[in-house]
Amino acid sequence: MAISEAEPIPTSDVMVRMRGINLIYGENHVLRDLDLEVAPGEKVVIIGPSGSGKTTILRVIMTLARPTSGTVEIDGRHLYHHEKSGDLVAAGEKHIREVRSDISMVFQHFNLFPHMSAIENTMLAPIKVLGLSKEEARQRGADLLKVVGLAAKIDNYPAELSGGQKQRVAIARALAMRPKVMLFDEVTSALDPELVGEVLAVLKDIAQSGTMTMMLVTHEMGFAREAADRVLMFDHGNVLEEGTPEKILHQPEHERTKAFLRAVLAH
Amino acid sequence: MRVIFAQVSDGWQWDMEYALEILPAIARGLWQTVQATIIGITIGMVLGLVLALLRRSPSRVVSWSTAAVIEFVRGTPLLVQLFFIFFVLPNFGLTLSPFVTLVVGLGLHYGTYTSESYRAGIDNVERGQWEASTALNLPSTTTWTRVILPQAIPTVIPALGNYLVAMFKDAPLGMGIAAGGVLLAAQSAASRSFQPVEPYTVMGLLFLAVSIPAALFVRYLEKRYGYQRG
Repeated sequence: MAISEAEPIPTSDVMVRMRGINLIYGENHVLRDLDLEVAPGEKVVIIGPSGSGKTTILRVIMTLARPTSGTVEIDGRHLYHHEKSGDLVAAGEKHIREVRSDISMVFQHFNLFPHMSAIENTMLAPIKVLGLSKEEARQRGADLLKVVGLAAKIDNYPAELSGGQKQRVAIARALAMRPKVMLFDEVTSALDPELVGEVLAVLKDIAQSGTMTMMLVTHEMGFAREAADRVLMFDHGNVLEEGTPEKILHQPEHERTKAFLRAVLAH
Repeated sequence: MRVIFAQVSDGWQWDMEYALEILPAIARGLWQTVQATIIGITIGMVLGLVLALLRRSPSRVVSWSTAAVIEFVRGTPLLVQLFFIFFVLPNFGLTLSPFVTLVVGLGLHYGTYTSESYRAGIDNVERGQWEASTALNLPSTTTWTRVILPQAIPTVIPALGNYLVAMFKDAPLGMGIAAGGVLLAAQSAASRSFQPVEPYTVMGLLFLAVSIPAALFVRYLEKRYGYQRG
């Protein structure tokens, strides 16, 4: 299955590099001295208790939350800074927008535009950001809606779709931007249990067919086992332990990880 | 009380012929009032949106000075503002005709009210819509014109309709600066004939003939736009 005709080609051997990231909200130290590297094409699943900061990592990469300190590089380019005669200087909105075009995100609550049909949801950004013509954007959107199994729903409004269908539209909308990095923030958590499967199936397709880098915050351990290259266990604003899905899910070293997995798998 | 009422009702009779004779002049006055209202609400709706956007400006100087202007205009009566525009501004080189003064005054006054409605409408748009716009890397003009305002404005329409009716009822204040209108027409008929009952009654009836359908229209708008499409 072709997710996109032209896969974006990475130019660096590290797609996402976070260095010394701290994020502090008042008294709350959400991320602590976080260092994290994700290779091009790697599928990383992030797990951890709520409040551990795992969603915040994605939000920092998407520029929805500014880190208090530290740097983020996307495919070799600084996201929040630019280099000026060897020094790192805080970057302006224009620079951030340019680097951000490599990243897209799918949200827990879909965040579809309610006043636009499914196809219009996928068309807006390719037209306004990538400069596609209306016809090209429509073609791309229709192809992607087909990939996520919604060819019959392209003219439906979000209110007319089930949760699982909405989330698949949101995935198509993000894919239409052909990002190098896709972030998935608990994308099945707001769904009724019987609708989780259809969204996970789409995610697996994307994970298996694309060279796209994916970072997913999820509680779906079955998905992590099948699709992830690496699992990060997050706790108190940093990585507690990491490794292959087999290692983290079956032979975790830390008591915190064991307790967390017991709690999640008991559901 | 009873005595006075008896005296009045004793000597007075509704003069239908006279009422019909003054009807066209008062209707013309009403038409001026309606025109002033339509132009005034148009200015008020556009200005309100501009003020609401300035109020949200990332620059504190812009946002605070906008807030100050809004509070100042809301805190003073419309009639005082009309007098100020009409009698004070010419001293600074800006002379406006009575009618233009009225529509500018109405637009400015109501613009500060509609701006608060727009603000509420914009604040009501879910934070996720802004986040999705960022995730899609939309330029901020696209975020505003294609994502936020199309969701905010429908929720504001009922409030705008209410301001339209309120403005229509405030528009006769234009009489204070001789801006024509229905009240001036009724008053001049009354002072010519010394028969005040017919002109003011005709005026009241004509007013209702416009404002009741307008109120029904607003009720329709509330039904149509009062809730959001999920």
